[in-house]
Amino acid sequence: MSRSLTIIWRHALLVTVLTLSLGACTGGESNVEQGNRDGIFYYGNGSEPQGLDPHVVTGVPESHIARALFEGLAVKNPYTLEPEPGVAQRWDFSDDGRVITFHINPKARWSNGDPMTAHDYVWSWQRAMNPMMGNQYAYMLFAIKNAQAYASGKLKDFSKVGVKALNDLTLQVTLNEPTPYFIQLMDHYSTFAVHRPTIEKFGKATDRFTRWTRPENIVSNGPFTLKSWQLNRRLEVEKSQTYWDKDKVKLNGVVFFPTENIVSEERMFRVGQLHYTNDVPLDKLPVYSSQANSPLALAPYLGTYYYLINTERAPMNDVRVRKALAMSIDRDTLSATVLKGAVKPAYSITPPDTTGYFPPKLFHYDVEKARQLLAEAGYPNGEGWPGAELIYNTHESHRKIAVALQQMWKEQLNINITLANQEWKVYLNSTQQMDFDIARRGWLGDYVDPNNFLDMFLTDGGNNMTGFANAEYDDIILNQAPAAKTKAERLALFSKAETMLMEQMPILPIYTYTSKHLIQPSVKGLPTNLMDSINLKYVWLDPKADSDNTNTENSGQ
Amino acid sequence: MWRFIGGRLLQAIPVILVVITATFFLVRMAPGGPFDDEKVVLPEVKAALEAQYKLDQPLLLQYGAYLGDLMQGDLGPSFKYPGRSVNELIGAGLPVTAELGLYALMIAVFIGILAGVFASLKPNTARDYTTMSLAMIGICMPSFLLGPLLVLVFGIHLDWLPVSGWGDIPGDKILPSITLGSAYAAYIARLSRAGMLEVLSQDYIRTARAKGLPQWRIITRHALRGGLIPVVAFLGPAFAGLLAGSFVVETIFQIPGLGRFYVQAAFNRDYTMILGTTVFLSTLIVLFNLLSDILAAWMNPRLRAQFGSR
Repeated sequence: MSRSLTIIWRHALLVTVLTLSLGACTGGESNVEQGNRDGIFYYGNGSEPQGLDPHVVTGVPESHIARALFEGLAVKNPYTLEPEPGVAQRWDFSDDGRVITFHINPKARWSNGDPMTAHDYVWSWQRAMNPMMGNQYAYMLFAIKNAQAYASGKLKDFSKVGVKALNDLTLQVTLNEPTPYFIQLMDHYSTFAVHRPTIEKFGKATDRFTRWTRPENIVSNGPFTLKSWQLNRRLEVEKSQTYWDKDKVKLNGVVFFPTENIVSEERMFRVGQLHYTNDVPLDKLPVYSSQANSPLALAPYLGTYYYLINTERAPMNDVRVRKALAMSIDRDTLSATVLKGAVKPAYSITPPDTTGYFPPKLFHYDVEKARQLLAEAGYPNGEGWPGAELIYNTHESHRKIAVALQQMWKEQLNINITLANQEWKVYLNSTQQMDFDIARRGWLGDYVDPNNFLDMFLTDGGNNMTGFANAEYDDIILNQAPAAKTKAERLALFSKAETMLMEQMPILPIYTYTSKHLIQPSVKGLPTNLMDSINLKYVWLDPKADSDNTNTENSGQ
Repeated sequence: MWRFIGGRLLQAIPVILVVITATFFLVRMAPGGPFDDEKVVLPEVKAALEAQYKLDQPLLLQYGAYLGDLMQGDLGPSFKYPGRSVNELIGAGLPVTAELGLYALMIAVFIGILAGVFASLKPNTARDYTTMSLAMIGICMPSFLLGPLLVLVFGIHLDWLPVSGWGDIPGDKILPSITLGSAYAAYIARLSRAGMLEVLSQDYIRTARAKGLPQWRIITRHALRGGLIPVVAFLGPAFAGLLAGSFVVETIFQIPGLGRFYVQAAFNRDYTMILGTTVFLSTLIVLFNLLSDILAAWMNPRLRAQFGSR
C-alpha cells in the first residue's frame, strides 16, 4: 500500500474510533434511574397518539394519555375496577335505576383554575354526540334517553336528550333502561368533559382540525397537564397544580413514548429507558417467565381472539360444519406452543369472570365428534369438501395461528382451508362486506360487562359480520336483560343468550387475551387488572427498590 | 448550463403532475377507507367524517381542489392525525430524516470510496476480493438485520451506545446512521472500484506514471476525478432513496422521521398524507437527480467544455 493511503486509513480509523467513543460516554444515568429520583415515569405507550381531543380519538394509546390529562365523573380503582369518585364526588340512582344524579365535586377545577360545573358536561356531551363531530365513540352515551336519535341526526333538539344541569354542581342523567355499567363508562374518554371557552377560542365546537389540544392551548381537568408534545418522539405531562385530589398524585410527571416496534421497546426497557412497556414480544416470554423477580406482568385481559364464520356461504352455512371446525381446534396445544402459554383457551365470546359472569362452555376439543358432525354434513373424512378460505390481516402472530389451525383441520378432519393474508384496510373492507369464509377477529371490551361482547351479535349489528340473526337473542339483549330485577337474573339472561349464540357457532372462539407488560421493580401502585387499566394517580416510584437491570440483563436475545 | 437546468426543471413539472394524478386516483381505488376501523363506525358518523374531509364530493372535484390547494403550498389536513396538517407532519419529520440521510450518506461515501479505491489499486488480489466480498455482504445484509445486530452488540452487550431515539441521548444517532449507510457504502465501494479500474487503465494515467509521479498524486490529482463520476451520478438518487427508504431504520430505532409517516400513511389510507409525502419526495428525487447530473457534468471535462461553450 502506498504511504498516502496508509495515512488516509489511519485517519479514517481514528475518526471512527473517536466517534464511537464519543457515543460511549453516554453510559451514565438511565431514564429509569433519573425518573426514580425525580418522580418521572417513563411509559412505553405503543404508538403515536392520533390526537388528544377525547371526542375525536379512538385508540388505546390515546386513552392512556387522555386519562392522564382528563378525568371523568367517575374513575376506575385500578385494584378492584370498581368506580370511585372522579369529578363527581358521589352519585345517586333513582328507584327504577333510570335516573342518575351526579354531584360534582366543588373542588374540581380545570387546569386554568376555572371551576368544573354540570354545564360543562351538558355542553361536552352535546359535542360528543353531535353528528357533525364524527365521534366514533358517540355510542358510549347511547344508554342516555334520546342520545342515539340525536347522534344520528334524527333529533335536532338537544334539550330532549336525557342530560340536564339542575344547578352548577348537579348533573341529572336519564337513561333509556337501567344500565348497570353506565358509571363505568364515565371513565371512558369519549364521555369526558372538555373546556368550552378553550375549544370555542380556536374554532367551532365540532371542528376536528383546531389547535386547542396543543401544549400552549390545552385546558384539561385531570391529574396531569400537558407539558410538551414532540411528534413521534415523546409526549410529556406534569403533575397538575389545580387537580382536586393532587395530594394523592405522587408522580411529578410522565413521559409517553410512541413505542410502535415492540422488539425495540423491549430493548429500551432492558437498557433502562422505560419503566413500563406496552407489550412484550411473544418469543421473549419464556425467558422472562423463567427469571426470579421477573419484571414480566401477565394478566387476563378483557378480550377474545376469535374467527368469524360467514354463515351465509356454503359449506359454512351448515351449523354442523361450523361445530366440527370449532371442536377440532386443540386450543391447549395452540396456547402452549404458538402462543408460548401466554393466553387462556376460549370456548365462548365473553371472557370468563366478567363482573361475576361465567360464560357457558358448550363444547370442548373432541375430534371424534367433529368428524362425525362433518360426516353428517356430507363430508365424511373430508370427502367432497369444497374448500374454504381463511383471511387474516398481515401480522406474524395471526399467520402462525392460522397455519396451526389449518394443519389441525387438515390432520383431524382432512379438509383443506386456504390462507390469505390481507393488508389491514383491505381486511377491514373484506370483513365489513362479509367477503370471506372465515376471518380473524379480536374484540377488546370497552367496559366490564357481558353486554359489551354479546350486543355485537344483534341482527344486522355492525360488528356481527357473520350473518347470525336470532329474534329471541335480540330480545334478550335489548329488552329482557336491561329490565332484569337482579344481577343474577341479568347474568342468567346473558348466559341464555350466549348459549343460543354458541349453539349456532357463527364464531370460533380461540383464546382470551392476556395483557403483557415489563415493569421495573421501582414502579409501585400499578396492579394488573382485567381492563389493563392504569390509573396514573396511584402510581409512584420507589428509588430504593432494585431499579438496575440486573434482573433483566440475562433476558434472551 | 442555465438552459440545461431550466430545461430539466421544465421536464420535471409533467413528471410530478403524473405522480400526483396517479397517486391521487390509485389511493382512492385501494379497498378500505381512512375511517374504516375494527369497531364498525356508525353510518351517520362516517358520513359526518367524510363531509368534514370533503370526501362526499365527486372525485374530479376533489382532485381539482387538491391541485388548487397544492399550488398554494397547502397539502391539506391529515386524516389519521386530526388537528395536524400534512405540511406540519412533513415539517416535523423531514429535518430528522434529512439529518439521518445526510449522516448515512457521509458514512457511505467515506467508507465506500476508501474501500473502492483501496480494492482497485491491486485488482484481483486477496485484498481486492476481501474488500469486495465485504461490500457484497454489506449490500446483501438488510437493515432490519444489521440494525438489531448492531444494537445487540453496541447497545446491549457493550452498553456503549443508546438503543433507540434521535437527539435524546448523546450518541443515539450513530447506530441508525451506520445501519442506513452501510448498504450504500457497499454499493459505493463497488461503483468506485469499477470507476477507478477503468480510469487507471487510461492512457493519461499511464502518461502520469511515465512522468514518474508518485502513486498518491496519480490517484488524487488524476484518477479520482474521473473514477468517481459513477459514484457522483449515484449520489442524487441515493440521497433521495435514503430519505424515502429510511422507514425500516426509523422503525428499528424509534426515530421520529418522515419514513414512518410515509409508510403508515399508506396503511392508514391517510389520503392527504400519502399524497403529500409522495409529491414531496418525488419533487426531491427530481431535484437530487438534477443536482447529481450537474455535478457529474462538472466533473466530466468534456461535458464541462460543452456547457462552457454554450
